[in-house]
Amino acid sequence: MSRVGATRTAQVPSAAAPQRRQGFLRTYLTPKQAIPAQARLALAVGSFVFIVGVWSGLAALVQNPLFVPSPYQVVTTWWDMMVNLGFYNDVAWSAFRILAGFLLAAVMAVPLGLLMGSFEAVRSFFNPSINAIRYMPASAFIPLLLLLQGLGEDEKITIIWIGVFFQLVLIVMDIAHRVPAEMLNVAYTLGASRWTVFYKVFLPATFPEVVDALRITMGWAWTYLIVAELVAAEHGIGSFILIAERYLRADRIIAAIITIGILGLITDAVFAVAHRVAFPYVEKVHQ
Amino acid sequence: MSEIAIRDVAMRFATRHGEVRALERISVTVPDGQFACIVGPSGCGKSTLLMVAAGLVTPTEGEVLVNGKPTFEPGADRGMVFQSYSLYPWLSVRRNIEFGPEIKRVAVADRRKTSAELIHLMKLDGFADAYPKALSGGMKQRVAIARALASDPEVLLMDEPFGALDAQTRQIMQELLTDIWQRYRKTVVFVTHDIEEAIFLGDVIYVMTSRPGRIRTTLKVDIPRPRTFDTLTGQRFAQLRNQVVGIIHEESLKAVESELIGA
Repeated sequence: MSRVGATRTAQVPSAAAPQRRQGFLRTYLTPKQAIPAQARLALAVGSFVFIVGVWSGLAALVQNPLFVPSPYQVVTTWWDMMVNLGFYNDVAWSAFRILAGFLLAAVMAVPLGLLMGSFEAVRSFFNPSINAIRYMPASAFIPLLLLLQGLGEDEKITIIWIGVFFQLVLIVMDIAHRVPAEMLNVAYTLGASRWTVFYKVFLPATFPEVVDALRITMGWAWTYLIVAELVAAEHGIGSFILIAERYLRADRIIAAIITIGILGLITDAVFAVAHRVAFPYVEKVHQ
Repeated sequence: MSEIAIRDVAMRFATRHGEVRALERISVTVPDGQFACIVGPSGCGKSTLLMVAAGLVTPTEGEVLVNGKPTFEPGADRGMVFQSYSLYPWLSVRRNIEFGPEIKRVAVADRRKTSAELIHLMKLDGFADAYPKALSGGMKQRVAIARALASDPEVLLMDEPFGALDAQTRQIMQELLTDIWQRYRKTVVFVTHDIEEAIFLGDVIYVMTSRPGRIRTTLKVDIPRPRTFDTLTGQRFAQLRNQVVGIIHEESLKAVESELIGA
């Protein structure tokens, strides 16, 4: 608070020449103002410290390790899960399902979305139905798919596919639609054929944003997977959580959820790095 | 010999509120090596006319001829420069400039030579490997002009290319464009709403009416070249400017009145 006080005194008119006012509040509470890099890092670490702190306090307050285990307890449980319960096996199953479902959805949604964004005929045909299906929750399909496909892997992969495909295709369509017409027109006036314009201008113009869209939809894939696994699965993080619930093991449930969070963080970092390496020319909006 | 002729071009759009007449029977012939400027009140269809000339828009009536031959599609014979630069952000300055030669499958060594020459001419030395994001507006537009020139077009079509630049940069760019034009002697069709720019650059100025756009007046700019910064303060420059300003003002008023009636 003394810093704030210093700011106030600096405002008092004095014989000295007027100076740019500085101070803690001025630095941190000016909208859209950059803050020092160390402060950014400290705040990022601080947010985790804060969460763990509140959690520890809560656990100490409630004193009921069965329902509110402490962070330390969860960490030891996590280690126990890995070593004695073969949790890594469940993680591997989930990761496989995610990858399969997500890749299948991406491989189909990206080309179709690009075509829909560039050709009005394709858009007119697909857009209304995809838009309608998009509002049908993927989880609502689970009973139907259990009937049709049974308990196997294809059922899980289909759920993820439904959850990702219909959303992703519309995002990609929008990206394709936003490519400025002038960018294509310039190529025509440089003698490019329609095919050349498509693969030398249109496609590269969409790539960075398509990767961004994949990054976002990857997060959604996790949600659909866990729902599918919670309903019916022999392996996987979701089924592990369900079994933990039957044994009243809140610590295991929390450890499993945190594992998903960490996997998400790693995936996101991989996408971010890939984006930076593949598209060094993109103007950065967020650092 | 590179001549572009716009012959009896008319442009009409069907909208919900009925038919809109954008252009009406426009004929303009720009002979080899001439720098022609088209000015007019905003919304008069001057950009549409340039799109028609480029072959990017098909006119309702009329045709566009390059060296006497009718054209139906855009092509490398009519290079275009837009106000929004439209550089390819994923390509370096050099690769942007080489885009035209590259799709024409010009040998690497030859297109390197072309781009190196243009980079130097456009005062972009040292930026060959930079991406467009690192460039200022004026530099971006110099790359766009170089890219159009690299394909060696018969005609250079420019749609308010300096419209987004600040006044000082615009003046520098106009002088640079004059130099480049005197070197290459391209046939140029230059659309602008900036009257002084048109007088400074053009051999001839076509003044358009408000919508539906027609050519109202054709003015020869009889100010000798090379034109320099001093041209702007000359007596003849002032005379021409007053003349064009008067016409455009009259047409702009007409446009406002017709909008009021339309509403």
